[in-house]
Amino acid sequence: MKIAVCIKQVPDTANVKLDPETHTLKREGVESIINPFDLFALEAALRLREQVGGEIVAISMGPPQAEAVLKEAIGYGVDECLLLSDRAFAGADTWATTAALASGIAGLGEVDLVVCGKQAVDGDTAQVGPGIARRLGLPHVAFVKGFREVDGGRLVVERQMDDGFDVVALPLPGLITVVREVGEPRPPSLKGKMRAKKYEVPTKGAAELGLTPEQVGLAGSFTQVVKVFAPTVSGDRQRLEGPPEETGAQVIDALVDNQVIMLGG
Amino acid sequence: MGVIIDKELCTGCGQCVDACPFEALELIDDKAVVNDACTLCGACADECPEEAITVPEVERAEDERTATAKGVWVFAEQRGGVMPEVVAELLGQGRRLADELGVELGAALLGHNLDGLTGELFALGADVVYAADDQRLAAFNDDIYCEVLARLIGEHQPEILLAGATSLGRSLIPRVATAAATGLTADCTGLAIEPEKKLLLQTRPAFGGNIMATIICPSARPQMATVRPRVMKRGGRSEGRQGRLISVELGPEDQAATKVLEVVQALDDQVNLVGAEVVVTGGRGLGGPEGFDLVRQMATALDGVVGATRGAVDAEWIGHAHQVGQTGRTVAPKLYVALGVSGAVQHLVGMQGSDAIVAVNNDPNAPIFDVAHYGIVGDLFEVAPAMLARLKQLRGQA
Amino acid sequence: MDYFFTEEQEMIRDLCRQIAEERIKPARAELDEKEQFPSEIMKALAQADLFQIIIPEQYGGLGGGCLENCIAVEELSRACCGVSTSYAASFLGAYPILLYGSEEQKEKYLPLIGSGEQYCAFALTESAAGSDASAIATEAAKDGDSYVLNGSKQWITNGGEAGVYTVVAITDRSKGPRGATAFIVEQGDEGFSVGKKETKLGIRASATAELIFNNCRIPADRVLGREGLGFVVAMRTFDKSRPGVGAQAVGVAQGALDEAGAFARTRKQFGKPIITFQAVAHMLADMATEIEAARALVYATARYIDSGAKDFSKVSAMAKVFPSDVAMRATTNAVQVLGGHGYMRDYPVEKMMRDAKILQIYEGTNQIQRNVIGQELNKEYGRKK
Repeated sequence: MKIAVCIKQVPDTANVKLDPETHTLKREGVESIINPFDLFALEAALRLREQVGGEIVAISMGPPQAEAVLKEAIGYGVDECLLLSDRAFAGADTWATTAALASGIAGLGEVDLVVCGKQAVDGDTAQVGPGIARRLGLPHVAFVKGFREVDGGRLVVERQMDDGFDVVALPLPGLITVVREVGEPRPPSLKGKMRAKKYEVPTKGAAELGLTPEQVGLAGSFTQVVKVFAPTVSGDRQRLEGPPEETGAQVIDALVDNQVIMLGG
Repeated sequence: MGVIIDKELCTGCGQCVDACPFEALELIDDKAVVNDACTLCGACADECPEEAITVPEVERAEDERTATAKGVWVFAEQRGGVMPEVVAELLGQGRRLADELGVELGAALLGHNLDGLTGELFALGADVVYAADDQRLAAFNDDIYCEVLARLIGEHQPEILLAGATSLGRSLIPRVATAAATGLTADCTGLAIEPEKKLLLQTRPAFGGNIMATIICPSARPQMATVRPRVMKRGGRSEGRQGRLISVELGPEDQAATKVLEVVQALDDQVNLVGAEVVVTGGRGLGGPEGFDLVRQMATALDGVVGATRGAVDAEWIGHAHQVGQTGRTVAPKLYVALGVSGAVQHLVGMQGSDAIVAVNNDPNAPIFDVAHYGIVGDLFEVAPAMLARLKQLRGQA
Repeated sequence: MDYFFTEEQEMIRDLCRQIAEERIKPARAELDEKEQFPSEIMKALAQADLFQIIIPEQYGGLGGGCLENCIAVEELSRACCGVSTSYAASFLGAYPILLYGSEEQKEKYLPLIGSGEQYCAFALTESAAGSDASAIATEAAKDGDSYVLNGSKQWITNGGEAGVYTVVAITDRSKGPRGATAFIVEQGDEGFSVGKKETKLGIRASATAELIFNNCRIPADRVLGREGLGFVVAMRTFDKSRPGVGAQAVGVAQGALDEAGAFARTRKQFGKPIITFQAVAHMLADMATEIEAARALVYATARYIDSGAKDFSKVSAMAKVFPSDVAMRATTNAVQVLGGHGYMRDYPVEKMMRDAKILQIYEGTNQIQRNVIGQELNKEYGRKK
C-alpha cells in the first residue's frame, strides 16, 4: 500500500502565551514542532504498513525550515518525504493549501491512501483533509479512531461521531483524517534518526506543481484575516472570599438567583 | 506580498513585531521589515504608534458570484431523522443575518424520509427548504452529500451558508467548500454583517485559543462558516409557519463510494459532553482519580455530566471521552463548574463560551479565574462539599 | 561537562532522554507500586531500536559498544532503575551469545533480541550460590544429542518475561573451575518453567523470578562455546556488563541530584531557599562531584573496553563498585535534602534510594568487586620489577 501522510510544522501553541498587558503573543523560546495530530497520522500509517506492507511518503507545505518535521518523520520510519515550499505559498488559507497539497500528492504516483491528522493546532480548522480529498476526487472518512479491516482494496474504519461512532467501508484510493484514539504514537527509532540525518528532503515549488501564483498563497486564498484581538469573556466576574462553607453556599445561592440552577421539581 | 512599511516614519520601536501573530515582522537595522508569513491581518498597523504601516488591498480576480449571490442558507443536518440542536441555533442566527441583509433564509436538508423535518424548519424560521430525499442519502456519506449540496449551491447561489461544527459538519462542509470553490471559516464564535460591503464578518479563536481572528471572504460565494453547538442562541419558533418546499432529485450518477456498515450509538463511558446543560470538570487539582468521585457527585446533583482537563486524562484518572478543550470537546453549557482546573488556554478555548462559569482552585493566580464568572480561591475538597450541602438544603426547602 | 560523544552517541542519549521524559517518568510510580513489568515501555524501546545497540550490524543491529550501552542505560536509569534493569538485563543475557555463540546461534537469536521480539535473561545465581558461583548445583547431563538440565536458578532478572535464557550448569563436577557449561534455553523448552516471582525492596518494575529445570531437555547445539567454558563465559560476560551497572548508578544518582537540587531551590525555610544553607549546598556539592567522577570512570572504562582491550577485569570492577557506592550515598542524601517530603511516596527520591541498593549487590557484590580489584592489583604488582 502506498500511503501519503500530510504533516505540518506548527508553533508549540501549548507554550505560546498572550501578554496580558499588550495582548500580543509572546513567542520567544516557542519551538516549532510537528503538529501533534500528525503524529497520530504517522502512527496510523506505520501500523498499516506493518500490517500490509508498502511505502509511506510524508508531505508538507511550508517554509524551508519545515523540512525539519519531514526529517522527523523519517526518524519515525517513513520511507520518503516531499516538501512543498515556495514564497508564493505564504499566507495561504485552507483553499490555497489544499491546492498545493493535492498537486503534491498527485505527483507522487499511485497513492492508495492519504492520511491526515484531524486538525492543526495553530489553525484548528480541520478543513485540509476533506478539502484534499475533494480536489483529488477521493472518497474520505474523517475522525477515524480505529481500523476494523485492512486490505489492498478497502479499509473498514470506525468514524468518531458526537454520539458514538460509525463503522464505514472506505474504498481505496481514499483519504482519512485520524483522531488520537487511533493509537499511541511510537517513539522515533535510532535507525530512522540516523537515516534522517543524511536524508535530503526533496522540494517542489509552485512551478513544478503546475500551479500559478493566483492559485496559491495569499493571492489564491478566498478568506482573509481582517482583525486580530485578545479573547475576552462576557459577563461580570466576581471573586468570592471567605471560608469554604460560606463561599460554597454563596455561589450556589447566586446561581439559583440567576436561574442557572433551577430548584423547582 | 505583505504590509507596506514607511521607513521614514518607522522608529524601530518593535511594537509591530510583538503584535504580529504570524511572526511576519522583524527589526533589521532598527527598521521593521515584513516577510512572507504576512497575512495582511493588520494587527501591526493597529499597533504602530507612528502610523507607518498600511495594509494594501489584495488584487483578486472579480468573482461574478458576488453580484448575483443572494440568500442566507443553513445546512439542516440530520441523522436518523433527528436534527441536532445546533440547526435551530443556526436558523436563529441565520434569520437575524437574513433580516439584516433583507434576503430569504433557506435550509438545505439531505436524507431519507424527511417529511417530518421540513415543517420544523419552517417553524424555526426558514423561508424556503431545499430537500433532497433519497434512499442513497439515508446514511451519511461525505462524497454523495457533498455532490448534492454543492450542486444545490451552484444552482441557487446563496451568499452565505452556515453549518454546525458537529463531527458530521466538520467532515462534510470543508469538502463542500472545496467543491463549491469558496472560502470556509470553521468554528466561528461570532457572525455579523459588515455595513459597507455587506460582507459576513466571521470571528473565531486561533493559535490554540490564544487570540481571536475576524475573517472575511470578500470575493467568493457563498461565504461559508461552521459554528459550534451552543454558541449561537436559537431563534423563535412559530408552530405552523409556512414556507416554500423545493424538492431535489438525484441523478443516476449520484452514488456514495463509502458505505456505512453500522451506526453505534454508544459513547465511551456514555458521556454526552456537547449536549449537556451542566458540565462539572475536574483537573489536576483533584490530586488523583479518587478526586473524580466528588466531581461525579456534583455532576449528579446538578444533573450534568463529568468533564476533565487534558492533564487529568493524560494522568489516566479518567477516560478521554470526558476531555474538554482544544484536543477534546468544546462545550458551552448553561453552567460550567471547574474544580481544581488551572485554566490553560487550550482548556479555556473548549469552555469559555459557557453561560455561567464557576471555578474553585487554591491558586489565586490560576488563569481559570480570568474567565470564571464566580471564582473561589480555596480547597475544592472543602468548597465543593459546601456547595453540595447548600444545594441539598435549598432543595429540601423548595 | 562535554564528553565529546559522536553524533550517533548523542542521538542515543537524546532519544533515551525523550523516552525517559515522555514515557518512563509518568509511569514509574505506578509501576513501582504495582510491581509491574513495564511491557509498554519495553515495546517503545524496541520500536526505537534501542535493543539493537550492541547487536552487530550483520545481524541487523547498530554495532555499538560498551559506551553506547552505558549512555542508553544511564539516561533510562535517570527516570527509573526498574525499567533500565529490565532493559539492560536483556543485554546481560545476550552477551554470552555475542561472545561465545556459534554463527548459527548468533544468526538465530541476535536478531530476535535486537528487535525486542524476545527479551533475554542470564541465569547463574542459585540459592546456595551467589558470590560463590562455583557452588552452583544445577546439572546438565549429556544424553545422546541432547542435554538434560535439572536444578533451579534464583533471582533471575527478566525471569518469566524473557524468551531466551543463557544458563550456566555443571556438566562435570570433577573438573572444578572447568566443570560448568553455558547453554541457551528457550521458554518453550520441555521441562523448563518459571517459579516464584519475587517481591523486592526496589527496582520493582523489574521482574525477578525463580527458574526451574525439571528434566529440561535441550538439543546439544545449545551449548555456548564448548563444554567446560561455563564459568569463563560468566566471567567474561560480567566484565562486559559491569560498566552498564555503573551507568545505571550514575543515572539514578543524577536523577536524585536533579530532584534534590530543584527542591532545594524552591523549598524555603527561615525565609530562604534551603540551597543557600551551606549544610545543604555542601551535600549537593559532594553528590555532584562524586557523580561526575563516577560518570567519567564509567565512560573511560567503556571507551577502553571498546578500543579492543584484552584485559579489563580490574577497571570493569572499578566502574561498577565506585558508581554504585556513590549512587547509594547520593540517593540517601537526596532523601535527606528533601527531608520529610523525601520520605513520602509522593516524591520520587525514596524510590531512587530503594532502587540504588541493588546496584551494590547484583552482578557481583561490591565485596566481590573489591576482591577482583585486589587480585588484579596483586597480579600487577607481582609483574613489576
